[in-house]
Amino acid sequence: MKNMKARSLLISILTLLFALAAACSRGASGTQVVVAGSTSVQPFADRWAEVFMQKHPRLVINVQGGGSSAGIQAAKSGAADIGTSSRELKSDEKDLHQIVVARDGLAVIVHPSLPLTNLSLLQVKSIFAGEINNWRPLTGQDRPIDVVTREEGSGTRGAFQEMVMGKKTRITRYAIVEDSNGTVREIVSNDPYAIGYISLGLVNARVKALSLDGVTAAEEAIVRGEYRLVRPFLFLTKGLPAGPVRDFIDFVLSAEGQALIQKEGLIPVKEGR
Amino acid sequence: MSKLDRDERLVKLALLVLAFSAVAILVGITVFIFGEGTPIMFKYGLKKFLLGLDWYPSEQSFGLLPMIIGSLFVTFGALVIGVPLGLACAIFLTEFSSQRVRRILKPVIELLAGIPSVVYGFIGVVILVPFIRTTLGGPGLSVLAASIILGIMILPTIISISIDSLQAVPPSYREGSLALGTTRWQTTRMVMIPAARSGIIASIVLGMGRAVGETMAVIMVAGNAISIPHSPLAPVRTLTSNIALEMGYAAGEHREALFATGVILFIIIMVLNTVATVTSRRRKGEGRAP
Repeated sequence: MKNMKARSLLISILTLLFALAAACSRGASGTQVVVAGSTSVQPFADRWAEVFMQKHPRLVINVQGGGSSAGIQAAKSGAADIGTSSRELKSDEKDLHQIVVARDGLAVIVHPSLPLTNLSLLQVKSIFAGEINNWRPLTGQDRPIDVVTREEGSGTRGAFQEMVMGKKTRITRYAIVEDSNGTVREIVSNDPYAIGYISLGLVNARVKALSLDGVTAAEEAIVRGEYRLVRPFLFLTKGLPAGPVRDFIDFVLSAEGQALIQKEGLIPVKEGR
Repeated sequence: MSKLDRDERLVKLALLVLAFSAVAILVGITVFIFGEGTPIMFKYGLKKFLLGLDWYPSEQSFGLLPMIIGSLFVTFGALVIGVPLGLACAIFLTEFSSQRVRRILKPVIELLAGIPSVVYGFIGVVILVPFIRTTLGGPGLSVLAASIILGIMILPTIISISIDSLQAVPPSYREGSLALGTTRWQTTRMVMIPAARSGIIASIVLGMGRAVGETMAVIMVAGNAISIPHSPLAPVRTLTSNIALEMGYAAGEHREALFATGVILFIIIMVLNTVATVTSRRRKGEGRAP
């Protein structure tokens, strides 16, 4: 009796292991594409994946966040089939194959109730450097400015650092640090004295995007070349993409894929590449 | 050897293997973390690492002091909130409440321990942070917010273990004191609490350990600024938040510095746990009449 119980237990454990192994190998054999990285790219990658999977029911596109630097690492290590980034690659990352899939503006956001619609780029830099730390000289309100920034590995932060702060000026150590565009938007939408920066494509009615040096933050201004805070959305692969990965990227660069994200607030990239 | 003996030996061997594998895993983790983290502590300079004010990985600057102080402030704040509330609750439940109330409340409190920390963080962000911002000022994401959330999170630990220690005091202590004509509060204050002292201290130290190690809830409400907080309303970053925020993309020396942060945390928590074990072990010897 005891032997039979032991044997059946052993058999059930082995069966479970086989089933698990079978389930895992299905993903590894290429029916799943992992797309990981920038939280700016993430919602748009989600949209692309959604439409793509409707057309290809047997493929699974798995979209994750983690930040641009994490995405670049994942692409290098093979943890992700496609790494996504919202900043340019650094020199030691250039061994990855990069494809520009869209362009995106960087918006400086504040609470909708703040009596301010425009700032100069220099003022933005001073605020984020901690040199101006009270709203008084800008809006008359005697309140400290709650600066919100992203974590160091963020592509959005990298782009902001490069285009607004410059090489030499650090973002103030007193800034609140959050780990995704969504969280930054959430905080700014709840705090009337906060200022932060997010992807232009993610600005909604709960926050206000400031115009910079008199130029409104909008897609038209970017296309005309007037709004200068623009960064590329990159898809990165180790070597040339093939198979389902290639199919997904082709869809993303197709007219339909580009129209999809244009509707959502991104700037489409020209066909090709 | 009979079959019974053989089965017994087999079971004993199997249990031994399992027990040692648990220890082996723990040892493995310790060795790994220390192996990855200690080299950079000495390469960078231990004093500069522990006392440096500047955490800026992209410029190879790894000063941990703001985070060490952050963890300390937040844990201390959690104790200020959790210990009085927890002790009061434990004392009420053992000394002043009826059996019926205790039978309902104790399981409910233990249920509190099962709430995932991300849910605590969520409630903190949605309710506590805006409240602090509108009533007290500052961005809301602050030492205070983290302390309150952590204080609530360590309540079940402090309450459960304190109740167990108070209940472990021989009833003759309480009965003898009351027979002498003292009030219940006098008995509690002068006899029960001192008798249960080591267990209560152990519960506080374990609560402290939980507070130091908590990551998710703290990231969501503390603000994560890399500066020493100048007031309870200022944002703060703890050692655990530091690791969780940056581990996803850290490479090279940055990654090693995060492992070194893990080493520091490890040491802190090992010390706290050892103190708790030693204190509660003393309790078993102290249960006798003086």
